[in-house]
Formats: sequence, structure tokens, C-alpha cells
Amino acid sequence: MRQLIKTTYAGLVYLFLYLPLVVMAVYSFNASKYSLSWKGFTLKWYGKLLTNTTLIDAAIRSLTIAVISATIACILGTLVAFMLHQYRFQGRRAIFGSLFIMMMSPDIVIGISLLVLFLATGLTLGFWTLLMGHVTLCVPFVAATVYSRFKGFDTHVIEAAKDLGASEYQVFHQIVLPMAMPGLIAGWLLSFTLSLDDVIISFFTTGPTYEVLPLRIYSMVRLGIKPDVNALSVVMIVITVAAVLLSRRLIKDKK
Amino acid sequence: MKDNRLFKRFVIGGTVGWIMLFGIIPTLMLTGASFLQRDPSELIRPVFSLESYVRLFAPALGSMIFKSLLMAAMATVLCLFIGYPFAYIVARAQKQRARWMLLLVMIPFWTNTLIRTYALIAVLKADGFLNTTLMFFGLIKAPLEIMYTQTAVFLGLIYTLLPFMILPLYAAIEKLDNRMLEASRDLGASRSKTFRKITIPLTMPGIVSGCMLVFLPALGMFYIPDILGGARTMLLGNYIRDQFLTSRDIPMGAAASIAMTMIMGLMLVIYYRSVRHAGRKVRQ
Repeated sequence: MRQLIKTTYAGLVYLFLYLPLVVMAVYSFNASKYSLSWKGFTLKWYGKLLTNTTLIDAAIRSLTIAVISATIACILGTLVAFMLHQYRFQGRRAIFGSLFIMMMSPDIVIGISLLVLFLATGLTLGFWTLLMGHVTLCVPFVAATVYSRFKGFDTHVIEAAKDLGASEYQVFHQIVLPMAMPGLIAGWLLSFTLSLDDVIISFFTTGPTYEVLPLRIYSMVRLGIKPDVNALSVVMIVITVAAVLLSRRLIKDKK
Repeated sequence: MKDNRLFKRFVIGGTVGWIMLFGIIPTLMLTGASFLQRDPSELIRPVFSLESYVRLFAPALGSMIFKSLLMAAMATVLCLFIGYPFAYIVARAQKQRARWMLLLVMIPFWTNTLIRTYALIAVLKADGFLNTTLMFFGLIKAPLEIMYTQTAVFLGLIYTLLPFMILPLYAAIEKLDNRMLEASRDLGASRSKTFRKITIPLTMPGIVSGCMLVFLPALGMFYIPDILGGARTMLLGNYIRDQFLTSRDIPMGAAASIAMTMIMGLMLVIYYRSVRHAGRKVRQ
């Protein structure tokens, strides 16, 4: 009896989480444009999607920015984690604190403060400002992921390498980096999804020259639902889930 | 040896510089802007003023902020009530099964929240899934008007933020030491007493961090009220956005953002207290 209640409860929560996604996916295959009533299976919305260049372009921009910002955030975040783990210097605690605050800050506050920075420096909002925004969002998360990986290291290996005459850079490049690889992959992936998921920071840091997918959909929704948006959303969900599952496998293999 | 110092300097200098440029300086600028005056043509006049903060506490704005806080708080509490039993079930399931159950929670978490908000329209609209189903079973005669109401915004917030509540709760409950619960039962405590005196305090860090992860975005996700709510449903995030992009009142928007940061700071303090407090309480 208890088991039955538990299963039902869990089932209801999953129903709540998945129902909208499933309904949207069903709509994307429904021949009828407006109503839920089933008018037969069709792929025409996917076909229409292929000719909707503004939507495709926006999706490609989203993926591009996610890949680039995840890569940059990964490099920066790893350096930050390496520094925090390896070096003792004044202001170390302050850096810990600032990273933590950056991680906890509401997206809207990050977006607004970057907008103020860009306005003050007179930068034109577009690709570069968006990139800076997303990198800023992701670095603290990468640093935290990689740092926790560093903590599990055997520090003797690093000391041995130094005793044998390795330079700081060699230590970093030949020992620390390979050992931290699973953390790096996890950090990259987290950044990739954070960037793809972000609406608010993009909203404030990008301009009309570089409109990413969520913002495109946002402005389209005001004009009513379009079935090709359903189709694209389904495609995007599949891409994200596939990327995450693939990476999980990669991380598991490395371990 | 020279190389070593160069590398070290490069790493420290680079990261500190980066954090200064994108973390500290923008925050200081935002704080600075909140204490300045508005200028219709130049956006900001460099004259010190507390006007924005005074306006923040004026009745009209104050009640909007209060309503928005209340709405975010209610969404948080609902997420907690839905999420806690669920996280408990997952944490107590068999290892293999728990992993799958967790993965299924993560998938919506990875999907773009705007896309998920958009998906919700298909369920909630007048001829959407919910109304069609309820009418099919004869439970209602006319479609429920959910879209463009506060209820829709509520549902949207809970729907998009629920995974943020479940994951930290799961992490906290999973760490729970079974022996503590058994000891409590052996000493004659009832199920509900064990739950109140042991389970809740021990999982408090998870509860507080889950609440933070739901409450703060719930205040700032301006696109959910925009898409699902009517014109009158407004959250603090919508207000901040409008100050920056529509009214062009940067000092006011900055002051509202600072207020939101203060709320975050307050929650961080509560979090630290609860972590320490929970540890002490159980040890006693």
C-alpha cells in the first residue's frame, strides 16, 4: 500500500514535469494547425522549419555561443580553480567569496550589471557582449566543478614532479590537466547547458544583430503559437539531452 | 625559476583581472548608479541622490514589490511541499532505480526554460490539453480560463523551478544517516516526531538551498509573467527590466536590483546559520 502511494506520487510529479513537453511534441506532428484535435500525423512543420531561416539562424547562433562560451569558460574556470588550489596569496579568500557571490547572484542582477558596464564603456550590444555575458555566467560554475576535482588529487604526485624538476607550467600541463579532465568535461557541459538555457542574461547583453533562439521565440510567442516553433523546440530538447547523455558516458569511461 | 614566477603571475593576474572586470566593477557601477539622479537625455546625472531608494519604499512601488515577494514565496513553498516527498522517495529508492528517477528530473532541467514555459501554453490555453481533457470526461462544461491569469504564472514558476528544488533536497536526504532515524524510533519517538526532530533539521541545508534556488529566480524571471500572465501580473524582474529598457530610469532599476541582491545576501546568511544550527541541534 505504501509502495503504491509512493509510485503514484512520483508518477504524478513526472506527469507534471513531462506533460507540457509531450503535448508540445505531439502538436509538432499534428496536421491541424490550431486545435488539439488530432488531424493526422504530419512532418510538414519540420519541413516548414527547414525553410524558416530566421528561426534556424537563431538556433545556430545559440549553439555557437554555447560552444564558444563553454570553451572559454572552461579555460578560465580551470585556471581559477588551479590558482585557488595551488597558490597561497593575499586576497585568496576574497576571490573565493566573489566567485561564490557571482554563482549565487540572480541572473537578472548579473545581466543588468553587465548592461551597465557595456553602456558605460560604449560597447555595441551583439555577439561580443553576449559572449562576455555567458562566459561570466559560466566561469564560477566551472571553477567550482574543477576545484572539487582538484581536492580529490594526491598532492604527492605534484610534489614529486616538482622535485624532479618540472616547472609550474609543466606541472599544470602534464599532470594537473589530465587528472582534472573529467571535471573539465563536466564543467564544459554544465556551461554549455547554462548558456543554452539562459534567457535573462542574453536578454540584456545581446543586441538586434545577434538574436539567439530563446529571444527569437520570446518575440514570436507574442504573435501566437507557431507549429514550426514546436518542431524546433523538440529538436533543441533532443540535441541537449543527447549532448548530456553522451558526455555522461564519456565521464564514466574516463573514471 | 623565472618561468615559474611568470606563469604564476600570469595565472593570478589574469583571473583576478577577470573577476575585477566582470564581477566587481559592474557591481560597483550598479551600486553607484543607484545613488545617482536620473537624467532624461543623458540617462544618468552624476549628482548624489537617495531618491530611488525613497521611491522603492513608497506605497505604490512597495506594494508591487511586496506582492512579487509574496508570489515568489508562495511558489517556493509549493515547490517545497511537492518536492520534499518526491526527493524522499527518490533518495530511498534502490540505487539503480534512483539514478534513473534522477535522470528523468534532470532532463527538463537541461531544457531551455523559455521553451518549457512556451510548452506550458499548449496545456493551459482555452482549447489546450487540460481543458480538452476535463471537458472530455465531463468534469467541466466550459473551458477554464487559466492562461493570462496569476494562476498561470504560478503554474509556470512551479513548473520551471521544481527541479531546482528537488535536486538539493535529494542530495540532503540521500546523505541522511539511517541510524539516526532508527535510533529515534528505538527511543520511542513516533514517526511524525522523528520526522520533525531528526529528518527536518538534518535536511535543513538542502531545504534552504532549494528554497534559495527557487525563490531568487522566481523573483527575476520576467518572461514567465510576460508569456503566461496578464498585463497586471508583474514580478520584481519585470519592474527592473522596464526601468532599464522602457522607462530608461537607470538609477531606479539599479536600486531595485540592489534590493534584490540584498534579499539574496539575507538568504545566504540564513543558509549559513541553518547549516551550522542543524549540525549543532542534532549533536545535542
